Amino acid sequence: MLDRSRAPALGVDRPFRFPGIRKRRLANGLSIWTVSHGQVPVVTMVLLIRAGSSADPADRPGLASLTGDMLDEGSGDRTTLEMHEALARIGAQFDTEVGPDATFLTLTTLSRFRRDGMALLGDMVIRPRFDPADFERVRQLRMNRLRQLKDVPSAVADRAFTAALFGAHPYGHLAIGTTTALEAMSLDQVRAFHQTAFVPERAVLLVAGDLDHDAAERDAQDVFGPWTVPPGWQPLPEPVLGRPPDPRDRVLLVDRPGAAQSELRVGHSGAPRSTPDYHALLLANLVLGGQFVSRLNMNLRERRGFTYGARSFFEFRVGAGSFQMQASVQTDATAEAIREAIGEVERLCGDAPITPAELETARAALTRGYPRNFETADQIGRSMAQLALYDLPDDYFATFVPRVQALSLDDVQEAACRHLHPDRLVSLAVGDADRVASGLEALGRGPVVQLDPP
Amino acid sequence: MDIRCERRVLANGLTVLVHEDHACPIVAVNVWYHVGSKNERPGRTGLAHLFEHLMFEGSAHHDQGYFQPLQAAGAVLNGSTNADRTNYWEVVPTGALELALWLESDRMGFLLPALTREKFENQREVVLNERRQNYENRPYGRAAMAMLAALFPPDHPYHWLTIGAPDDLRAATLEEVHEFFATYYHPANASLAIAGAVDTAEAFALVERYFGDLRPGPAVAQPANELPTAGGPRRILLEDRVELPRIYLGWHSPAMFAPGDAELDLVADLLGSGKTSRLYRRLVYERRIATEVAAFQQSREIAGYFQIVATAAPGRTLDELEAAILEEVEALAAAGPTDGEMTRVLAQAEAQFVYRLQTVGGFGGKSDQLNAYNVFLGEPEYFTHDLARYLTATPASLASAAARYLRIPAPVAVSVVPQGQHALALSDSALVVVH
Repeated sequence: MLDRSRAPALGVDRPFRFPGIRKRRLANGLSIWTVSHGQVPVVTMVLLIRAGSSADPADRPGLASLTGDMLDEGSGDRTTLEMHEALARIGAQFDTEVGPDATFLTLTTLSRFRRDGMALLGDMVIRPRFDPADFERVRQLRMNRLRQLKDVPSAVADRAFTAALFGAHPYGHLAIGTTTALEAMSLDQVRAFHQTAFVPERAVLLVAGDLDHDAAERDAQDVFGPWTVPPGWQPLPEPVLGRPPDPRDRVLLVDRPGAAQSELRVGHSGAPRSTPDYHALLLANLVLGGQFVSRLNMNLRERRGFTYGARSFFEFRVGAGSFQMQASVQTDATAEAIREAIGEVERLCGDAPITPAELETARAALTRGYPRNFETADQIGRSMAQLALYDLPDDYFATFVPRVQALSLDDVQEAACRHLHPDRLVSLAVGDADRVASGLEALGRGPVVQLDPP
Repeated sequence: MDIRCERRVLANGLTVLVHEDHACPIVAVNVWYHVGSKNERPGRTGLAHLFEHLMFEGSAHHDQGYFQPLQAAGAVLNGSTNADRTNYWEVVPTGALELALWLESDRMGFLLPALTREKFENQREVVLNERRQNYENRPYGRAAMAMLAALFPPDHPYHWLTIGAPDDLRAATLEEVHEFFATYYHPANASLAIAGAVDTAEAFALVERYFGDLRPGPAVAQPANELPTAGGPRRILLEDRVELPRIYLGWHSPAMFAPGDAELDLVADLLGSGKTSRLYRRLVYERRIATEVAAFQQSREIAGYFQIVATAAPGRTLDELEAAILEEVEALAAAGPTDGEMTRVLAQAEAQFVYRLQTVGGFGGKSDQLNAYNVFLGEPEYFTHDLARYLTATPASLASAAARYLRIPAPVAVSVVPQGQHALALSDSALVVVH
């Protein structure tokens, strides 16, 4: 008879080895990394360019992103539609992501179309068409998108909170930029940004999936070999990415009359990706708000029912990062949810430090759960892009689990307290001001400063 | 791409599917219950989904949350409810397969002793907040409710959204939740798929151990499709906190896997997928009267609906958009796709199909797909046949599907406009208020 009252013991997991990365550098400076992986005939290519929204000139927020958006609008004498017909013929999934530190062009296709896919990627970055009519259309679509985002509470919160934490810092704006800046932007500025930033020395091509290393490298040489730096090229000015000063106001409110919920952000600026505390902070965050059973979610969702879910994260970047807690909560719980979120940080660094059981749950999530991050070509391509962007060592994936296993409770607790500062936390609510303002005042964290709606 | 599995049916009626894939040392466990919001009744909408939440809150032999032991074992897990089915899945490291099966079997067989009023009331609040976050506080969030309510009559099981109505959720009782479990949550109404780095014989032995003695339940009657007739107003106007007006056109269409379903999937791609699609090209790229367009064949178990959505560019009216959309639909129905379009749409269909086979678990991975084929068709290895539904389509079959289902005037047109700006809506639209 089966005894159901006892959980079965966990068995030993089968071992996992990250497939080896082969690296090569072309004469023009482009790095090429390949990984042969998987049984499904799929390949993912990521072209990483080390220039993102932090490279936007101070008076032109959105320039990097607009440039990224123009890359698939035709190349050479191929129009936008011809470019997209070619992508469709190989069943490609293609996206351009412009982050704070880099631009990523990611293309997934069936492995028999690898060469065609690479040629399309090459055309986009080497010979973008930058047609004036396309530019006007793309700019107009982005302005309409910005207009629509005014009504998306999470987008409003992200914009306001980014500005609050980082101010005039290169990280102080979202990649999409502002309407005012977009209106003033010209195609010449896009061309100039492309010429400066999109050069082989700033780029890494990552190819993962069902492939032969030699063949993939040969294709890359054929496609990207002719990519050269334009005459008279001046390097992109490097953004200054140190930690920004803390904002004066710590309780912020964006009015959304009649809103069904309040969208919350609570956090402060923080450490860069290069911090030696990186692994310890991953663990600490899993305890605090990084997974379902974390303190924050169990409190706000499972005990109080205020929200569909609450989470926290450290956003690590090349320069200063941030620590943030996020939730969308019912209006009448707005102030209490913020108080509880701040309370969780205070308790973690105060009278309720991380317990051994919490640490082991977090550790298992990172270590035993590690292999599932490398199932698809897309996952491997994007993971490699992180290595490339942050200059992480070749053995990073192989040493990740041992490094996490080596951390003690004290290591993690001390790292948490070094990087979490309850007194510095800035709180932002996007919600119905009439119903939430007095509660926010009563938090006792300073005056409530109402920001203009976007 | 043939995906093979071994299938067995336990004595209590539970169907078990095992597929080996040793590429990555993980195992996916995926359970489907053949119950969704179409099994609810008017006045108690949202119950199937609320119930899904309660399945994570503990069972007789593990009376605490399901996330703790699984996350502590390095697993990820989730669940979802739609109109036709509810699924639960874990992706676990190889050493935690038995743990996942112990938990899944405990909530299949022994949920109710642990289901307290306190848990029920807490999760009801969570679900009400899920509804606020994903529908009420989201631009255009109520359009889907208005569309379904107008497309399917009040007694049709697709009349309401799976999230349910707040009043219905508040009116639900713990006793009704118990009854729901007794009716739908038992082995004979479930399908269990295990995919990944397992040995098939070991997997079946574990399943027999944990699920073999669960009691069978009553046979489940699935609702039939009453021929949908448009009863109420066809042209509907909603006000919302939005900057740009948007139009939703809806047509009745074939059910999942029925003749015409795959063809309409491809018609949707031809019309609305990517920059080369006809609607994007015409409305966004050339005429610039819209900022975005999309088209979907939403096929469900007993009926489907085809939807086209477009957002107006500033200063443009929805009447203008509707006319342009219908012109493209008519052109496709009359002359079918070009050879170039046909090549592209089939290449995309094939590639999308292959991309989905890269993962063993989670939403849409191989284990989920095995269960989908098994529950809806009784053929878990349907993969190749499914792909063939698309690859055998011809320009003529696509034109004919478009002509048959979309050439009639759209039974429902929903306009969503900024507060007070009724003039931007399709002409002759009637204002409705959706909560």
